[in-house]
Amino acid sequence: MPDVLSAPLVVEFPFTRSLGPVQSAFLTGLRERTVLGVRTADGRVLVPPVEYDPVTAEELRELTEVAATGTVTTWAWNPAPRRDQPLATPFAWVLVKLDGAGTALLHVLDAPGPGAVHTGMRVRIRWSPERTGAITDIACFEPYEGEVGQPSPHNGEFADPVTGVVTPARLDYTYTPGRAQSAYLKALSEQRTVGERCPSCRKVYVPPRGACPTCGVATAEQVEVGPRGTVTTYCIVNIKAKNLDIEVPYVYAHIALDGADLALHGRIGGIPYDQVRMGLRVEPVWTGEGRHPDHYRPTGEPDADYDVYKELL
Amino acid sequence: MRDVAIVAFAQTDHLRRTDELSEVDLLMPVLHQVLGATSLKASDIGFTCSGSSDYLAGRAFSFTMALDGVGAHPPISESHVEMDGAWALYEAWVKLQTGEADTALVYAYGKSSPGEVRDVLTRQLDPYYVGPLWPDSVALAALQAQALIDAGHTDEAALAAIADRSRAAAADNPHAQLSGSVPAGDYLVQPLRTGDCPPVGDGAAAVILAAGDTARALCTRPAWIRGIDHRIEAHSLGVRDLTDSPSTRLAAERAGAFEGPVDTVELHAPFTSQEVVLRRALGLDAGVSVNPSGGALAANPVMAAGLIRLGEAAARIQRGESDRALAHATSGPCLQQNLVAVLEGEAAHA
Repeated sequence: MPDVLSAPLVVEFPFTRSLGPVQSAFLTGLRERTVLGVRTADGRVLVPPVEYDPVTAEELRELTEVAATGTVTTWAWNPAPRRDQPLATPFAWVLVKLDGAGTALLHVLDAPGPGAVHTGMRVRIRWSPERTGAITDIACFEPYEGEVGQPSPHNGEFADPVTGVVTPARLDYTYTPGRAQSAYLKALSEQRTVGERCPSCRKVYVPPRGACPTCGVATAEQVEVGPRGTVTTYCIVNIKAKNLDIEVPYVYAHIALDGADLALHGRIGGIPYDQVRMGLRVEPVWTGEGRHPDHYRPTGEPDADYDVYKELL
Repeated sequence: MRDVAIVAFAQTDHLRRTDELSEVDLLMPVLHQVLGATSLKASDIGFTCSGSSDYLAGRAFSFTMALDGVGAHPPISESHVEMDGAWALYEAWVKLQTGEADTALVYAYGKSSPGEVRDVLTRQLDPYYVGPLWPDSVALAALQAQALIDAGHTDEAALAAIADRSRAAAADNPHAQLSGSVPAGDYLVQPLRTGDCPPVGDGAAAVILAAGDTARALCTRPAWIRGIDHRIEAHSLGVRDLTDSPSTRLAAERAGAFEGPVDTVELHAPFTSQEVVLRRALGLDAGVSVNPSGGALAANPVMAAGLIRLGEAAARIQRGESDRALAHATSGPCLQQNLVAVLEGEAAHA
């Protein structure tokens, strides 16, 4: 096993967001192949529309429809599209001022190559065949040679308006826990628990994080602790956790392993839940291919004196 | 207003990967360096403030674990910003202004190597209209660069010259990740080539602030913060004039940058094109030394690179190489938010 562990880590979450009245009208409009802007007090039409004037902070509510055609105000050629970007083939990022709008919208332009793109070029929206009320209802822009589109009034009202969006977000990492936690995990794979001692205050931290939070110095000296330990405090869990095959009630406890100056936590088994107590002496139970002790069970030793573990509560 | 100065600064070597180091491992050496330089113990520090983002390494609550390196237990007076450390320094400066503390430790770290920083930074964008398109940080900078080219403010050769000058200057910076002769490379997102973009890597930095006579006692030539201010642009890219940075100009004005000449400027311009925008916004003379450290094009530990600009400018003052310096930090896409500080050394006869 290498000295420093690494593993793929995916962080993924579908953010659900509610929409304000202007955002709701704009995104519902996209679903209906209609682009709305919002008019500011000085008559400028902002597309995409916002709920408050970016200059005066005044509330904005006067919606108006702009055309699905417009002019590129700046662009950038992306030769290597990334996973979640709108097009899978090379494309241009563009800011487009739609006909009737006073500001530009960020999106992508489907074009054969950078030679086919220039600032000032005319484009139009290519609508996505499946539209849900999201900015991606615009599949992309495409070059357009036709007439300049005309803006028209719109009250922003639609049947069945979109009131929220779900925006999935996934980021991929290669996780490396660093030296101290790598050593801890490596020892666990041999069913041993290894902490680190602070060179200054001599406390042994388990699991080690590489530094002593009291002294602010690196910990490096590895110290094997346990396997036995003492229950310092505990709680009785009565709520069944999702995807966890453990009967309730059960006891979850802080356990100070012998030699450690910090309690770690684990489940207590092998004893009725209502007989677990502070000071109970326990030892780890490893099962199958588990990377951590499955639970801790009583050793049968006499309970530890309170004075022995009171600093570890 | 209390006189507040930067009295110590340290930064790590900035590296493409630091797999063997957790964030706290990365950070501790610079914390110990600034404490050592001032002979302060962690327990002497009145206020601690940090800047970082858990999204970079995908490690939830890494900023609380980083606090282990400070010796934060028993509890200390402490705060954190999910922004570049330059904004943590601003918060610490405010704290010192209140009189509640005389010293502050400010630190920042960024570990971009575990993730894809171009994708990670899309998550700071407007989640309704922009985020779902995943426009990466290079793409947005490229839109700004093209706007500058279209407006006649620069061209690709001028951008390449900024990259060359920065990395040549970085040859004297032992912490730089990228220095010397670096090829312009292929287009990453046209018109920006790899050479126009900052290196991706890991690094950390720390600064100690002190007020009044405490600063004089801790440092032979403190870098006094004569003014500091930060301002932001409208959040929709299409509303902004991407060729200008009115927020930088306003912050500089409020910081007093235009009240006298500066001899040194540290700009936080991760992309060559952004230096063009900032030079125009600040009206910099051609004679001023810009980014003698190499700037963010030489090392860009995200969340620390802005704090490093303040630290580099202060270090020059402390070494007597500058008397009045401007330091700038940025955050967000296309120079969305900008902080400007004016630093001064006291004259030898004062």
